[in-house]
Amino acid sequence: MKILIKNGRVVDPTQKLDAVTDILIENGKIKKLGQGLTLADCETFDAAGLVVTPGLIDVHTHMREPGLEAKEDIISGTKAAAAGGVTTVACMPNTKPVIDTSIVISGIKQRAAADGYAHVEVIGAISKGERGEELAEMGDMAQKGVMAFSDDGHYVKSSRLFTLAAKYVTTFDKPLICHAIDPELGAEGYMHEGAVSARIGVPGVPSVAEDIAVARDCLIAEYTGAHVHIAHVASKGAIEIVRQAKKRGVNITSEVTVHHLTLTDEACIKYNPAARVSPPLRSKEHVEALRAAVLDGTVDAIVTDHAPHAPEEKDVEFRYAPCGFCGLETSLAVILTDLYYTKIFDLNTIISKMSCEPAKLFKINGGTLKEGSIADITIMDLNKEWTVDSSKFYTRGKATPYEGKVCKGKAVATLLAGEFVMRDGVLCTK
Amino acid sequence: MAKATVSLSGRDILDLESLSVEEIELILQTAAEMKKIMKMDIKKAPYLRGKSIINLFYEPSTRTRTSFELAGKYLGADVVNVTTASSSVVKGECLRDTILTVQSMACDAIVMRHPIEGAAVYAADIATPVVINAGDGAHAHPSQGLLDMFTIRENGKDLKGMKMAIIGDILYSRVARTNIAAWTKMGADVHVAGPMTLMPHDIETLGVTVHKRVEDAIEGADVVDVLRIQLERQQKGLFPSPREYARIFGINENRLKLAKEDVIVLHSGPMNRGLEISWEVGYCDNAAIRIQVQNGVAVRMALLFLTLIGGKYIENID
Repeated sequence: MKILIKNGRVVDPTQKLDAVTDILIENGKIKKLGQGLTLADCETFDAAGLVVTPGLIDVHTHMREPGLEAKEDIISGTKAAAAGGVTTVACMPNTKPVIDTSIVISGIKQRAAADGYAHVEVIGAISKGERGEELAEMGDMAQKGVMAFSDDGHYVKSSRLFTLAAKYVTTFDKPLICHAIDPELGAEGYMHEGAVSARIGVPGVPSVAEDIAVARDCLIAEYTGAHVHIAHVASKGAIEIVRQAKKRGVNITSEVTVHHLTLTDEACIKYNPAARVSPPLRSKEHVEALRAAVLDGTVDAIVTDHAPHAPEEKDVEFRYAPCGFCGLETSLAVILTDLYYTKIFDLNTIISKMSCEPAKLFKINGGTLKEGSIADITIMDLNKEWTVDSSKFYTRGKATPYEGKVCKGKAVATLLAGEFVMRDGVLCTK
Repeated sequence: MAKATVSLSGRDILDLESLSVEEIELILQTAAEMKKIMKMDIKKAPYLRGKSIINLFYEPSTRTRTSFELAGKYLGADVVNVTTASSSVVKGECLRDTILTVQSMACDAIVMRHPIEGAAVYAADIATPVVINAGDGAHAHPSQGLLDMFTIRENGKDLKGMKMAIIGDILYSRVARTNIAAWTKMGADVHVAGPMTLMPHDIETLGVTVHKRVEDAIEGADVVDVLRIQLERQQKGLFPSPREYARIFGINENRLKLAKEDVIVLHSGPMNRGLEISWEVGYCDNAAIRIQVQNGVAVRMALLFLTLIGGKYIENID
């Protein structure tokens, strides 16, 4: 199976490449890059006017399997990924049961390999049942190829347990991913605490609840030497703490979500349950601090925290709505619309943070178009204008605060290990 | 009564922020006419005959529910009370379906009380009938705000330039948020005080002056609005004890002397006497608390009248 992608503008930060060139794919791998490539009896894709990049990698998603299939499953979730130009997703372990044993890791990987439209990396739980009481079998899970460990959805409240996890995991060289919010300070909040919450009366989560938790995790990383990755940083205080820790040489990395980079707490003014998320959408000053942190390298990855919920769960009074919303089908388009076209991020930064850097950080196969590497490729049309319409989504969890948003830019084709999984916005039959 | 230049026909009444000064004036003027009806021997003016109103209450309430019920009945409407304890809500019905169900029975207005902020906005998005918010969590209680304004006006005070003090649990109070929005809109000088554990972060962005000492807020005030303290707040540790609250933040005769002599004391009830308000203050001449209740019915009659029939026949009320 050979595919030739012709005349596309190839952007690959790992090779400092931004030029119109051709890519030849053979046996699922990038065979050759170069201008004017020709080859008989192979499929040719004309990418003139389009941008060709390493496949997007999203290291924070929820595929909801096992147990929560009313929200999403591996097939619907990876379909959403392929539709959004994402070739690898990492799924969080807050499923039912929790992903805290090696057999579940193997099961998810097998199912994804057989039926998925994207590669699925698995994140195992730090503690059994994500209960924050005793360590899960991290070594066993590491041997079955877990990408990282996290009790996502919960902060590991016990400093003792988190320290033990950080020490223990250094043997297996896997990162710990922290959902860092002080659970007591944040317990009674449903949105960002600030001028908007004061006005509309919804109890707030103060940003200091996040700062405190991030500070502790940075200190434990420093003490143990473990690689600690702070998930979905949303406050300016927290990102400053990460910046300072990085300066000291602490093994800390961080990610921000698309929504924390592009939306503020104003999205909650009309009590839109779709806009309820943890950490909450914060005010403009926080958003600006996060954007600056992407540019100065404090932030390593841009993620979705794709967190689909069934419609009957999300279509309720604001406070009753569970946290999170889908993101895989809007992430690239929203970033291009709100950050590329406003000249805040350039294309190189976007591709680095949405593909190359997370690949490197978590040792994921992909994130580059170097010859010999896996042919996971995203082809995007930067000029395509379209309107977000959740009824057309592949994900089961339709609710999104971006509903109706007019976007400029979209993934128009996705290749997974050298095969088209999406073309012209439509998924290819497997 | 002068013919109104604005109309509230078919409008949902969700908060006071979204009403213009003219619309608020129209409601207050209409309420004055409605109060006359309440004082007639036969308290019936059947402008709303053939209209049906559902009181949908997801929280306990005596005065607001009874007040809306009587307001509808004085105007000849059919009023049905639905309380969640005895409804299909206990069977797990979601708010969307409950709204769609009552609307299918051809009701004209849904008056809703709900513990969650924004529930009225959500209901109004779903419902075709008029939705009147009778209190949604800590967000808004527009009919309370209107009756407070009506009561202040009736006592000969205009709001413009007046010093208004709101005392107590601002954080969880829909009454505080409603009155802050309304009073700043009408040009009053609004001051708030209470324990800082019950004060919203960034509250000054709403255009109010925040005081740490109750005395500073009350000093020279034209109106003192005393907020109800829910005992649950103390149980959650937001202040040390009811005793200390009463001593340091409660409104008693001594503190009230700091206000203007003709100060109006408001309380939206039910009062915890001896906690946020002393026995003496609750019954003093400056306390407008029982007048507030009476005016509440008049204001709610005005709201139903204006939203359901758009003030048709209004010229006949004179």
